[in-house]
Amino acid sequence: MQEIAISVLIVIGAAFTFIGSLGLARLGDFYSRLHGPTKATTLGVGALLTASVIHFSMEGEGISLHELLVTVFLFITAPVSAHLLAKTALHLRVRSIAPPPRVASSSRTGNERSA
Amino acid sequence: MLGRLLPHPLLTLALALVWLLLVNSFTSGQALLGLCLGWAIPLFTRRFWPDRVRIARPWWLVFFLVKVLWDILVANLTVALLILGGRRFARPAFVPVQLELRTELALSILANTVSLTPGTVSAWLSPDRRTLLVHGLRVTDPDALAREIKTRYERPLKDIFEPDIVEPDIFKPDTFEPPC
Amino acid sequence: MLSIALIIALTLVCAAMLLSLWRLLVGPDHPDRILALDTLYVNTIALLVLVGIWLGSGLYFEAALLIAMMGFVGTAALCKYLLRGDIIE
Repeated sequence: MQEIAISVLIVIGAAFTFIGSLGLARLGDFYSRLHGPTKATTLGVGALLTASVIHFSMEGEGISLHELLVTVFLFITAPVSAHLLAKTALHLRVRSIAPPPRVASSSRTGNERSA
Repeated sequence: MLGRLLPHPLLTLALALVWLLLVNSFTSGQALLGLCLGWAIPLFTRRFWPDRVRIARPWWLVFFLVKVLWDILVANLTVALLILGGRRFARPAFVPVQLELRTELALSILANTVSLTPGTVSAWLSPDRRTLLVHGLRVTDPDALAREIKTRYERPLKDIFEPDIVEPDIFKPDTFEPPC
Repeated sequence: MLSIALIIALTLVCAAMLLSLWRLLVGPDHPDRILALDTLYVNTIALLVLVGIWLGSGLYFEAALLIAMMGFVGTAALCKYLLRGDIIE
């Protein structure tokens, strides 16, 4: 029973990891490519680590939860890296399919309110 | 007094939990060691933690996390379909979102949530912290996207972390619904 | 059952690594390459977890944790360098 669950989780996780990289290789501009690795890959690795938790809790003595640490760490750091990369790309004016925003002027909109 | 000895109780608990997960054995001895580390580390790194984290409504945070996890699953299926569908379906756009959140923690959680959920990545925060620039992979209606981010994620975060910072806003305070 | 699933998964993850490697080589801009490197880190974590399950050893977890940390620090440092021209301010 748990072997089936582990196998399904492993295949789903690997499929998501693959789709993330496929997005990285396939999509048109940098900002679109950013979506694949941040979402699909993170969830894929999360599923793989969940499978690992189940596997080692069944095999070894006692439950083994330390894979959760990697999952939580990835879920926290992936959006941070994505944000930093997007900011860098905006700074370097990387080519974009979507009309790029006027970064310098877009801060003007919120200034009517008092701080 | 308690504030000096135990400046960040939540951080202490989190560090103890991380220690238990790292050594991967849940015995009382390790729990004690973890609590000691969790007490000592915030004291030695006090300068890096300027404000104490305050969660006004802890249970709402749990609801919020469950909702976000569910959204992450749905968002992943959407993005996976978009990637497999290729460039035909992608309609990328930048959408500015006006923010009402003020505390740094709430802002970073909002930015991270936006990056992990439906086809959006938070790309840039204006220096005055009032506008978050969001890049969407498939945007048909930019205003609807901004409105969804505000009602679905920003409103609950404001209720959880800063319910007493009153700003003029256009949204009713009870738009948060627990996940069904 | 598990071994078949492992073989399929290892193939998929290796293909993912090849795709990321291709993006790393092709570019065309610096952020693309950093993103490809970041994806390679995460793919490596996936590979290590799979190998750990295959060999039934919990040791690979430590390597995965270290790669997760170093990967994030590396990405952040590279972005910071491109943003400011300096890493430690």
